[in-house]
Amino acid sequence: MLRSSQPLTGPNRKRCREDEMLLGTVLDEGERGFIIDTRSAQAAKQARMTGGGTEPKSSYPRWRRLHRPLERGRPLQESFIKLVEACNDTSINMDRWLSRLESCRWLSHVKAALSTACLAAQCMDREEASVLVHGAEGTDTTLLVTALARVILDPSCRTLVGFQGLLEREWIEAGHPFHLRCARSAYSHARLKQEAPLFLLFLDCVWQLSRQFPFSLEFGEHLLLTLFDNAYASDYGTFLCNNEKERSLCKVKESTHSLWAWLNQPGEKKKYLNPLYSHNALVIWPSVEPQSIQLWQGLFFRWIRSSQYLDEAWAEIERLVEGN
Amino acid sequence: VENVRLLDRLSSRKAALGTLYLTATHVIFVENGSETRKETWVLHSQISSIEKQATTATGCPLLIRCKNFQVIQLVIPQERDCHDVYISLIRLARPVKYEELYCFSFNPKLDKEEREQGWKLVDLNEEYNRMGIPNNYWQISDVNRDYGVCDSYPTEVYVPKSATAHIIVGSSKFRSRRRFPALSYYCKDNNACICRSSQPLSGFSARCLEDEQMLQAIRKANPGSDFIYVVDTRPKLNAMANRAAGKGYENEDNYSNIKFQFIGIENIHVMRNSLQKMLEVCELKSPSMSDFLWGLENSGWLKHIKAIMDAGIFIAKAVAEEGVSVLVHCSDGWDRTAQVCSVASLLLDPYYRTMKGFMVLIEKDWVSFGHKFNHRYGNLDGDPKEISPVIDQFIECVWQLMEQFPCAFEFNERFLIHIQHHIYSCQFGNFLCNSPKERRELKIQERTYSLWAHLWKNRTDYLNPLYRSDHSQTQGTLHPQMAPCNFLYKFWSGMYNRFEKGLHPRQSVTDYLMAVKEETQQLEEELEVLGERLANLQKSQLNDNKFKSKPQDRSKQLGLSTSNNSLANTPQEYSNDLKSFPSRSPSQGDEEDSALILTQDNLKSSDPDLSANSDQESGVEDLSCRSPSGGGCLPSEDSGKDSDEAVFLAV
Repeated sequence: MLRSSQPLTGPNRKRCREDEMLLGTVLDEGERGFIIDTRSAQAAKQARMTGGGTEPKSSYPRWRRLHRPLERGRPLQESFIKLVEACNDTSINMDRWLSRLESCRWLSHVKAALSTACLAAQCMDREEASVLVHGAEGTDTTLLVTALARVILDPSCRTLVGFQGLLEREWIEAGHPFHLRCARSAYSHARLKQEAPLFLLFLDCVWQLSRQFPFSLEFGEHLLLTLFDNAYASDYGTFLCNNEKERSLCKVKESTHSLWAWLNQPGEKKKYLNPLYSHNALVIWPSVEPQSIQLWQGLFFRWIRSSQYLDEAWAEIERLVEGN
Repeated sequence: VENVRLLDRLSSRKAALGTLYLTATHVIFVENGSETRKETWVLHSQISSIEKQATTATGCPLLIRCKNFQVIQLVIPQERDCHDVYISLIRLARPVKYEELYCFSFNPKLDKEEREQGWKLVDLNEEYNRMGIPNNYWQISDVNRDYGVCDSYPTEVYVPKSATAHIIVGSSKFRSRRRFPALSYYCKDNNACICRSSQPLSGFSARCLEDEQMLQAIRKANPGSDFIYVVDTRPKLNAMANRAAGKGYENEDNYSNIKFQFIGIENIHVMRNSLQKMLEVCELKSPSMSDFLWGLENSGWLKHIKAIMDAGIFIAKAVAEEGVSVLVHCSDGWDRTAQVCSVASLLLDPYYRTMKGFMVLIEKDWVSFGHKFNHRYGNLDGDPKEISPVIDQFIECVWQLMEQFPCAFEFNERFLIHIQHHIYSCQFGNFLCNSPKERRELKIQERTYSLWAHLWKNRTDYLNPLYRSDHSQTQGTLHPQMAPCNFLYKFWSGMYNRFEKGLHPRQSVTDYLMAVKEETQQLEEELEVLGERLANLQKSQLNDNKFKSKPQDRSKQLGLSTSNNSLANTPQEYSNDLKSFPSRSPSQGDEEDSALILTQDNLKSSDPDLSANSDQESGVEDLSCRSPSGGGCLPSEDSGKDSDEAVFLAV
């Protein structure tokens, strides 16, 4: 699986030999690959006007392009804000709750993200084809898809340590601009242009996986909530800045502590583990039917409703598994 | 009929070829060839509707919809055969006499005494005793001993001490269907109670002294409060409309010391339509999130569930927190009243959250109080307007509570699903007819078997591993949040998509934890035994130090593997929601690429059948239910325990 940003084809359909060769060498003799473009075909075409574009079939003959539009940027942030508003609204009647939920579109975004990641995974696992994922910049929906696909395909990414490694590689090192994206969250009136909850969407998708595969992830919801918190505001330097270059300039590694170091301490680690975990060497294919995708209550109702009864249930599960 | 195809609803590619059989009690589809010969058994009682669809090139499609939400799509090659099957099924699914029902031929090979014992498992007198009755305030009355006062009530009813036979009879004449106020639940801690009845025949201004005295008697039976609540579970408008027909509701002016309350729960027709709409949403092929949420909201189903729950919460609060007695009624006092009384009892009393207690609850508030099982669930062919998912809604309320309070119930989701299944299956005699009187006339207990005994025998399948009788969630009253809590009501895909394997996790956490629990218990017992042995040995070999004991390494012995192949699943068709476009020809522009579907043809994949590939990955074959071979032999046990995991249900 490869990721990149969009090719700079531009309005004059520029070509780049090196780029074509690079993609050519990825494929074996007779093999074909898939390009998953996270923009709609129309958006991708329009991007040409501003210097971007898509890989023309003629120049990349062994690559088949699929468009799977995923929401990003302002609309995604709006979706998040609307959802949080809806969750806080105590006046909604039961007979309007679901349509209100629907109008936020958040769950549709979860479904789309999971579907696309599954598609990428399916190309690799079932069709044994290589996959290139990109959107426009390659820093948002691209990473969402590749990281999720990894969790689906690779059991080593489902361990606590493996998942941290995945985040390091596929989000942090890959250059997701955390500083811009995770600025003020859903309550702020600032409505910053660059803010968008892609990382939260990723965590939500992982949560959906943990619900559908309760034995297959070594970590539980608590880890995902902690990651969500730390992406926006943290005592640690792990999610600072927008890319490796900035982190290097700010001397993040020299002047801050790592979140992972803290999480992995034996005393802390216990809190994040899933007592039901058992190594599952196989690929986990989630259902993306609407019935299978649920609102992440642990996050969106975190401060609204007590999780006491569910916490007690988890305590009971731990007690049972540890043999009393 | 041979060469029939059974289609998989989610994936139109996976069709099984086999033979279709019709017996007196079942429809059976047996898959051809392959070593497994999967069988699908459907009881005629379960069939809700049969739809013959337009003949296509491949054959004549027949869609069978079941009351337990299973949907079976068959394709029969010859139109004439299809028509014959259709006509036969229509007749078989609409029995005219009780004797046609499965329970009269079902034979679990128990002797007469075992059958009797099965029926004695749930004893309502014992239950009222458990509540603390009879006592100074409440007594048992045999005024209805020959069903002479009310033909839909039980022969023994519990009434306030000060309610004489005269008062009861008088009150019954002033109540719809003669269903006078009677005790449903008594709280011995504070003497508050839940009574139930039907609507008074008050019209606009009629009064009845005995009925007013009856309510006073209920009030007096609770010295801790100087008033009672009267809860009418109908929407106010409906109740008012009833007045024009000479019925209606209690006027606070006429009944001293009552506080009257409407809690609007819609009627059986609205509920029937609501379920219908929700099932239509379930049948959508590859719905978007929007389609699903809009469809679900449009059906109103969860709104109704919440309404029932809210009513139960109101009553439970009145009893537990205010110590005030409540009289509940709707129109006839056998639908919404039953739902609301059972939910309230469940919230109030942890006993009803145990397996046995739940069976008792259903016996008490549904069976003994004359809920019209036959009319509502169509045992026999009858008026379609009487059909309504009343008890289904109650069962769903229980499930919603289980989701909110995972440690509070001794039983699990499977228990609820199987009970619902058997309410429609007519395999057991508990839920036949419309009243205790009818059941007695048909001699149900002598001619059929009790579901409760059957479930009790298999109770380890139905246990909730998180339940501990000493847990805080199992003590006292449950307090579900009333607001804000719309989001707490979830769509119950375990029930309404029960047979769609792909939607559910392959391995159940409940089953795993039960296995863990059992193994831990076994190991603890072993540990005890070995400990004793060790003590004995040490005693007898005091001077011999050669004996060494090995500590039990529990973690190693708990060899439960969850990472076996049964966890693997197969990818669904992730590209379904794209519209179909013709495949691309080389001369066309980039636009076509946007809609390329990842289909079998486009990929020219090396294996022609993706499903075969997935089976190899998953290793172990799907759990398939084995039913006894040969159509003539009736299955001797409910293999329902497999039914959650397998698409095919053998009964």
